[in-house]
Amino acid sequence: MSNKMHITLTVNGEEHEFLAEPRELLIYTLRERLNITGPHIGCETSHCGACTVTLNGKSVKACTMFIAQANGAQVTTIEGIGSPDNLHVLQKSFREHHGLQCGYCTPGMITRASKLLEENPNPTEEEVRFGMAGNMCRCTGYQNIVKSILAAAGELNAAKEAAE
Amino acid sequence: MIPAPFDYHRPSDMQGVLALLQEHGDEARVIAGGHSLIPMMKLRMADVPHLIDLQAIDSLKGISISGTRVTLGAMVTQHDIISHAGLAQIAPILRETSLQIADPQVRYMGTVGGNVANGDPGNDMPGLMQCLDATLHLIGPDGTRDVPAREYYEAAYVTARADDEVLTAISFDAVGGGYAYEKQKRKIGDYATAAAAVTIQASGGKVAQASIAMTNLSDTPVWSEAAGAALIGSDCGADAVKAAVAAMLEDIEPTEDNRGPVAFKRHVAGVILTRAITRAWSRA
Repeated sequence: MSNKMHITLTVNGEEHEFLAEPRELLIYTLRERLNITGPHIGCETSHCGACTVTLNGKSVKACTMFIAQANGAQVTTIEGIGSPDNLHVLQKSFREHHGLQCGYCTPGMITRASKLLEENPNPTEEEVRFGMAGNMCRCTGYQNIVKSILAAAGELNAAKEAAE
Repeated sequence: MIPAPFDYHRPSDMQGVLALLQEHGDEARVIAGGHSLIPMMKLRMADVPHLIDLQAIDSLKGISISGTRVTLGAMVTQHDIISHAGLAQIAPILRETSLQIADPQVRYMGTVGGNVANGDPGNDMPGLMQCLDATLHLIGPDGTRDVPAREYYEAAYVTARADDEVLTAISFDAVGGGYAYEKQKRKIGDYATAAAAVTIQASGGKVAQASIAMTNLSDTPVWSEAAGAALIGSDCGADAVKAAVAAMLEDIEPTEDNRGPVAFKRHVAGVILTRAITRAWSRA
C-alpha cells in the first residue's frame, strides 16, 4: 500500500520537505527521518511527556500526532531552544539547580517549561507543578525541576526588566 | 507502536467531510484532537482506513456567548476553554472541569467535541453537558439536527450520532448560581474513579434548582433527576445531601475494574458527590 503524502514541516526554523506515510508519528519523523534526537521516546503512549515539542505554539506530545496532521506546521524542539554553546536560561537553571539526574526527561521538561513561562512568566510553585503535570521524571522527585523553573522565571523577568 | 496504514484527508469545509463519510462509510472516521483515537489506532484496536481530519474546518472553532446562551464549536480545545475569560465568567464550571482533564499537553489538543461525541464513559464533558442540559448539534447527509445531551448516550461508545453524522457544536444556557466539578482520579491523566458535576440555584436560603450528573460510574454518564430533586426546597444541609447521594447511588451501576471493586466505587461516588454539592452550595 503506497499512500505516501508530500509533507512540509518547519523544524527549528528550517523547512523540510519529504514523502511520508500519513501514519508516521511525528516523534519518528523528528528522530529518525530528520535526525533531531532531542525529543525522546519514553512511554510512547502520551503519558510521560519525554517527546514534548512545541507545535504551532502548543506543547504537544509528538508520539500522539501523525505526520499528516502536522503537515504544514511549525515545530520547535529542544535543539531550537538552546545549543551547547548558547544554553537557554532554563537549561542553565536546570544545570545550576540539579534539575536532572539521568537527563532522559529533560528535553521534554525544558521544552514544556519554555512554553509555560511564555504563557505565565510569573508562576507560583503550584502553577509550575500543575503546568508541568504532563511530564514525568523518575529520578529527581520533581523538587529540583520546580526549583529550576522558578529560578529561570526569576532570571528571565530580571533580564526583561533590565532591558526596559 | 505503529498503526495500520490509512489514507488521510483534510477537507476545508463541512461539505467535504460529509462527502468523504458518504463515500467511505464505516471505513472512515473523523479526527479532532486525536487523543482518544490515536492511542486506539496505535494499539490497533481501532482500524480507520480513511482518517478525516477536522483541523481545517474553521466553522467548528470558536466560543460564542450571546446573552446567557453559550455555544462551543466542536473543535474548541480544553486549553481554549481554560483560557477564555468570558466563558470563565459566565460558566465557570467549564473551566473547572477542563482543568481536571488529562494534562497540559493533552489539553492543547483535546477538544470538547471529541470528548462529548466519543461516548467514552470515562470522559468528563458528557456528564457536565448533561448537568447543564446542553444541546448537541449534529450535521449529516440529511441536514442538521439537535440532540439533548441527556438523550445522546446509549451505552459505552454507542450514541445517538449516526456514523455519517458529525458533531458540530454544543450549546447551553449558563444558569448562574453555584457550581462544582469534583473528580477523584488515581493520578494525572487518569479517568475518574468518580466525578460529579453539580449546579445549584439558591433563593431565600433554600435550593431553588439543582442539577447533578456523574461520570464513569455506569456505561454512560448519569444525570439523576431524583438526586437534584432531593435538594430542591431544602437548606442543603446534611440530611438533604445524604438524600441526594442515596438517590444517585440508586441510579449508577459501576463495574469492577482497575480503579476498584463496585463497593469502593459506590463509596467514592458518595464522597465525591457530597464534596461537589457542598462546594456548589457554598458558591450558590
